[in-house]
Amino acid sequence: MSDFHTLSVLVEDRPGVLTRVAGLFAARGYNIDSLAVGPTETEGLSRMTIVVNVDENPLEQVTKQLNKLVNVIKILEHDPGSAVERELMLAKVKAVGDVRARIMEICEVFRVNIVDVTASTLTVEASGKPEKLEALREMLSEYGIVELSRTGRVALSRGDRGIRERQALRAAN
Amino acid sequence: MKMSGADALLKALEGEGVEVVFGIPGGASMPIYDPLVDRSPIRHVLCRHEQGAGHAAEGYAWATGKVGVCMATSGPGATNLVTPLADAKMDSVPIVAITGQVPTPVVGNDAFQEADITGITMPVTKHNFLVKDPAQIVETVREAFHIARTGRPGPVLIDLPKDVLLAETTYVWPDSVTLPGYKPTTKGHQRQVVEAVKLIMKAKKPVLYVGGGVIKADADKELFKLATTGQLPVVTTLMARGAFPDSNELCLGMPGMHGNYTAVTAMQQSDLLVALASRFDDRVTGKLAGFAPNAKVIHVDIDPAEIGKNRAVDVPIVGDAKDVIAKLAVELTKRQEEAGGVPDRTPWLQQLAAWRQEFPYRYDQQPGGALKPQYCVERLNHFADEDTILVSGVGQHQMYASQYWRFEKPRHWINSGGLGTMGFAVPAAMGAKVGQPKKRVVAIDGDGCFQMTAQELATSNTEQIPFITAILNNGYLGMVRQWQELFFDERYSGVWLDPNVPDYVKLAEAYGAVGLRVEAPEEVDNAIEKAYSITDRSVVIDFRVDPTEMVFPMVPSGASNDDIILGPEGLLPTNDPAEAPIV
Repeated sequence: MSDFHTLSVLVEDRPGVLTRVAGLFAARGYNIDSLAVGPTETEGLSRMTIVVNVDENPLEQVTKQLNKLVNVIKILEHDPGSAVERELMLAKVKAVGDVRARIMEICEVFRVNIVDVTASTLTVEASGKPEKLEALREMLSEYGIVELSRTGRVALSRGDRGIRERQALRAAN
Repeated sequence: MKMSGADALLKALEGEGVEVVFGIPGGASMPIYDPLVDRSPIRHVLCRHEQGAGHAAEGYAWATGKVGVCMATSGPGATNLVTPLADAKMDSVPIVAITGQVPTPVVGNDAFQEADITGITMPVTKHNFLVKDPAQIVETVREAFHIARTGRPGPVLIDLPKDVLLAETTYVWPDSVTLPGYKPTTKGHQRQVVEAVKLIMKAKKPVLYVGGGVIKADADKELFKLATTGQLPVVTTLMARGAFPDSNELCLGMPGMHGNYTAVTAMQQSDLLVALASRFDDRVTGKLAGFAPNAKVIHVDIDPAEIGKNRAVDVPIVGDAKDVIAKLAVELTKRQEEAGGVPDRTPWLQQLAAWRQEFPYRYDQQPGGALKPQYCVERLNHFADEDTILVSGVGQHQMYASQYWRFEKPRHWINSGGLGTMGFAVPAAMGAKVGQPKKRVVAIDGDGCFQMTAQELATSNTEQIPFITAILNNGYLGMVRQWQELFFDERYSGVWLDPNVPDYVKLAEAYGAVGLRVEAPEEVDNAIEKAYSITDRSVVIDFRVDPTEMVFPMVPSGASNDDIILGPEGLLPTNDPAEAPIV
């Protein structure tokens, strides 16, 4: 079954590591839907959250290939039911005249902030589940979105364990 | 101890046991060459092209089991190493490539002879490094060698900017290598071993499908024990020729596109394939959907990504082939003792023997007729001792070499399998000879291949690295010609090379080698005996072979292994059990 999968990839913070990971997806013919990278709780380690749209079988192949990269420490595929997934979106929306009030109303309903105002636009900052951002984007698009930027998904699994213990546990089972 | 980055590099190489590097200097790598004058015991073999240096390092690694080292300068020197690196990646050959780089202040500035070689080689190396701090040179060398030789072996590149090589640093040898993301699984899981042996005990038609990893793991003795203990027939892939002796009655020889009927069909009809460090390559399986349809699969590999990649597996075992095969042999011995002996598989073994009898490799060498390439290979083999190392390029001659040479020992057959790199033979033979100076090295090459890297004959003679090159000269890019004959209605296009240009005898002589020409079957033996008697310089034999000869058997690309073509007459034997030869 073709589907979206969210992978957390713990990597050494070394030059070129992003190229290695992204290059591997490209070389094996997989499209990355989104990719977010940032520092972690441990100095020298970065965490990539990668969303891919692939079948179950090729996903296993891609995670095995990723595991072979020397700078990759751990990989975890998130079970959608037991992970917290969030994304940040900034949207600059056309807002002239009485639509301004309607846009502000939408923002209130979605509990998102307006972070920049001009005579003709409002810039909205929204964070949350990808589905929520998608719904908001659809609402705002009716007024005309001048530009839009999304961070891509970041994710942590629910529960008390980190990525390292969690992977060890899976391997043991 | 204070020293330059370049001195630290060479001292670290020495620490890793490096005795020889194959390379060509240039602006950015010049600092490395100064210590080579009198401060380092490492031998530098000056090649004539960086591709030659890379393949020489591969040949050295194959022949010795050690890590081969090649060296090039920045830019074009480094990019010329891309092909050997890709070759080593595909065939899991442990080599380390060292490249000079433009000084760090101008990296990214399009400086003279600058190329982003770590970027370029990322997909064709197991790992690569750009060292920006001279204090990290030694540690990086240790990591590079560790990565190259452990787990699934492969090529590693270290890129060193000139200023880093020139800067002063303190030499410190780290006691251990710390790579948190690199921990290959080497020990096979005993529970899986037990499951595997259960399947072997039940199998009526088992085949051990042996790949090149068995040679890399030096697991030939363990394999011999396993095969003979269980009376299990063995196929050795192109990369595994010599992992199990051809002379043993259990050896079925090479499977695959140009494998022999028995090896191919044994796999097709098998009920259990025990894949040992092999990877279900398309050249072995043919059309994957039709490959060994009734076989259960045990797959042993050190690379978890190979398991299940092409073929679903019943019992996966991740681990080093040496460890796992030894465990399989122990467990099998135990189970067979409990069961009162080897399971009776007489019908299967008789079937295999009958196929072997009926469908051997065959060719027709008429006395006084056109010289057949297969005959040349057989005679080269006939006069060679058991320690002779055979090397080949890629194409028809490679298949004839693999088919007609009798391989008895591992690391005595060196060729380019996965990448199929034409031009591999001459430099790889040179590297093998450096690694095994007491053994005779014979390169069987095609005329097309030979012209791609023949310049290393100059290296061989100036550096006193003598080996024999037997060119099976048919004046064509023979394998492409064969496909055009069979699949493109004999419309030959871009394949005619001309057997007389260059004059290979004169070319050999120009390089300081001995050149011999053989035009008729009657001249073959004399020429080979003469060539084998010359040990102080390289020899090139120009065998003028029949250009119409084709490699058979053949499973056409994309066809099922059931549709193997046995010979030029296009005879299609059926694999329908009802019509198969019955013993």
